[in-house]
Amino acid sequence: MAKVNKLEFSIYRYNPDDDKSVYMQDYTLEFDIEQNLMLLGALERIKDELDPTLSFRRSCREGVCGSDAMNINGKNGLACITPISSLPRKIAIRPLPGLPVVRDLVVDLEIFYKQYARVKPYLINRQPTPKKERLQSPEDRKKLNGHYECILCGACTTACPSFWWNPDKFVGPAGLLQANRFIVDSRDDAELERLQDLQDPFSVFRCRTIMNCVEVCPKKLNPTKAINNIKKEMLKIK
Amino acid sequence: MNIANDSFDVVIIGAGGAGMRTALQLSQSGQNIALISKVFPTRSHTVSAQGGITAALGNIDSDDWRWHMYDTVKGSDYLGDQDAIEYMCKNGPEVVYELEHMGLPFSRNDDGTIYQRPFGGQSKNYGKEQATRTCAAADRTGHALLHTLYQQILRAGTKVFSEWYAIDLVSSIDKDSISGVVLLSIETGELLFAKARAIVLATGGAGNIYQSTTNALINTGDGLGMALRANCVLQDMEMWQFHPTGIAGAGMLVTEGCRGEGGYLLNKDGVRFMEHYAPSVKDLASRDVVSRAIAIEIREGRGFELNGVQYVDLKIDHLGEETIKKRLPGIRELSIQFAHVDPVEKAIPVVPTCHYSMGGIPTNFHGQVIKTDRNNKDKIVNGLYAVGECACVSVHGANRLGGNSLLDLVVFGRATGMHLEKKSEYTTPDLADVDKILDFYHKLESNKTGENYVDIRHSMQKTMQDHFGVFRTQESMQEGLVSLGELRDRLEHVVLKDTSKIFNTNRITILELRNLMVAACATAYSAIERKESRGAHSREDYPDRDDNNWLKHTIYHLDDLISYRNVNMSPKSIDTFIPKERVY
Repeated sequence: MAKVNKLEFSIYRYNPDDDKSVYMQDYTLEFDIEQNLMLLGALERIKDELDPTLSFRRSCREGVCGSDAMNINGKNGLACITPISSLPRKIAIRPLPGLPVVRDLVVDLEIFYKQYARVKPYLINRQPTPKKERLQSPEDRKKLNGHYECILCGACTTACPSFWWNPDKFVGPAGLLQANRFIVDSRDDAELERLQDLQDPFSVFRCRTIMNCVEVCPKKLNPTKAINNIKKEMLKIK
Repeated sequence: MNIANDSFDVVIIGAGGAGMRTALQLSQSGQNIALISKVFPTRSHTVSAQGGITAALGNIDSDDWRWHMYDTVKGSDYLGDQDAIEYMCKNGPEVVYELEHMGLPFSRNDDGTIYQRPFGGQSKNYGKEQATRTCAAADRTGHALLHTLYQQILRAGTKVFSEWYAIDLVSSIDKDSISGVVLLSIETGELLFAKARAIVLATGGAGNIYQSTTNALINTGDGLGMALRANCVLQDMEMWQFHPTGIAGAGMLVTEGCRGEGGYLLNKDGVRFMEHYAPSVKDLASRDVVSRAIAIEIREGRGFELNGVQYVDLKIDHLGEETIKKRLPGIRELSIQFAHVDPVEKAIPVVPTCHYSMGGIPTNFHGQVIKTDRNNKDKIVNGLYAVGECACVSVHGANRLGGNSLLDLVVFGRATGMHLEKKSEYTTPDLADVDKILDFYHKLESNKTGENYVDIRHSMQKTMQDHFGVFRTQESMQEGLVSLGELRDRLEHVVLKDTSKIFNTNRITILELRNLMVAACATAYSAIERKESRGAHSREDYPDRDDNNWLKHTIYHLDDLISYRNVNMSPKSIDTFIPKERVY
């Protein structure tokens, strides 16, 4: 026998294409509690069964593509790896905070991507390219752990009050995590240039170690630690 | 024609590993490129690839690209084209080194070289001892690869149309070439006719034709549908890989790397059953072999069952917590999230799950799309290329080896880019094609009553799962085909309930379903015709491979007709690998 339970959703709705302003819409969904439903599964069911106009992004449905970050009962997270069983029966869902809303749960991530691009998130190595791989010791490779796993979902950066205030000037935790990923990569020889690029009152130093980023990261990464490392490295340069 | 238009030298559709590698190759050529992607590039499904990219670097053990080639030909059950396999294996090491130079964070050996792990179907000396050939970034190789390529695209300043959807191709006025494509901005609803000297389809897989798949929700065979509707053909669509280890009930992939690192499968009696099916390599046999073995164990009552889901166990806890955390951290995360099992302590419940399409749009190894004329002769389609999972070049034949997919993306992405470095001429587009596409598009908006897309999608997926799965018979497939025919008719009358222009995912879902239906029908018609068992296509009514009659590619045409095409048996620098019995 399937054990049926009811879930109550309150979901942020906005479509510039119709004449309504922003509102919260309620949906009730019945589900079998033995089904191990994730929040994304519930949203898909709302879209399929109750309301095809509800818009949200999704792709891999396993927490690696970073499409379905949203604000779930006040906290940013990925819908696809948030089990319904971890949530109360009443679930409020809003788009990621601090960014313009395109429609419903879809936000405009342009400034987030711009801040990522700003840190030159690619390896710079001006030495002649060897015939085979560049060597890297397992210890040096280990320094990349905690950085390269970032999925660019935006949960951290849009949870950061410093980013809300200065989205155009403060790089934000996701971008800075990648800045540090290349600073600590033994194969990269542009460390000085990278640090100098970030040396102004805003890019890095607007981080006030509030640590919302660490709190919400669905991959359990620690951008604050990376930001502190950038600050420390900056102290070493004249 | 009443929409905006623009022209480019090359339009690449899809920004996964294949599309981005193609774009990157072209970034230095000074050409005007548009990289179109229905999702932001790093959301593409390459991100989910786990175990690695196979190339004969020989970092751990002696190796040779010819051994890799032998394994790939044998793995393909001899249906792979040997000229293309030769090209891929020979270029493998170079493209992997290139990725490393771009910054891909490969795991490392103590001497600082790229870490490699053993994968299924790999051997040294043409079928002797197990080889160690798959280069890995822990168990997140696809993620590392996709992000590295996107970073390079950023660096190169490539023009990306993020969250744009390609609806259909536009032919030239003489119908001999492809001249452009009609695009839709998901965010604004704007339509654009993009004229191009060349179009590259890099749209990935179509695993969502099945109920249970490791594929992302975006893998809907868009390139397959577009190519077929532009009067091209699809090749070997009966060949679908069922990955042996998808998480039971959820479908998420559990990398073959688990078995490469020393994990193994157990049935409910605690028996390591692969010893019976593949005595010499056991759990590291080819994927088709392992998937069939699991299916037989379950069918004969030796599987586990929980809440109606049947499965076998994948045991890796004996590898130790340290190895699991270092080599398989992503698997541990997925297993805890979706199977509620920490593999450090307990086995992971797994079941064969639809994973990869070996078939696709036939191409040569420059990525040029090929169709067959009335006399079954190959003909290059001017202005159209295909690369990656949507293409069938064919390096995977009837069964792909683990780690060869990422390799396929970068080798042939690069090759396609190199071939496009020489500019071709614009051809004159047939604007009637554009009007036809717009008519279809507006008709979809005006259907007020009719069929519900959700019912059609679910029924299609169930039909494919029930009738075109690991084991197939004529009778069951015929039944499945009848249902598919009805569903395809119903799809003609589908209703679009949301007609908003802004980020309308309802519209995209329906456009995607149209492409999924093409992939499903192509699979069904091709599978019914192939009356033998080869690789992933396993027929209970024709259990043996039949090289006399069936060592040939299946070609599916727009009108559901099937024809055939020769397998290339002529590598350039090495003797042909002659088909022999395939044992592991």
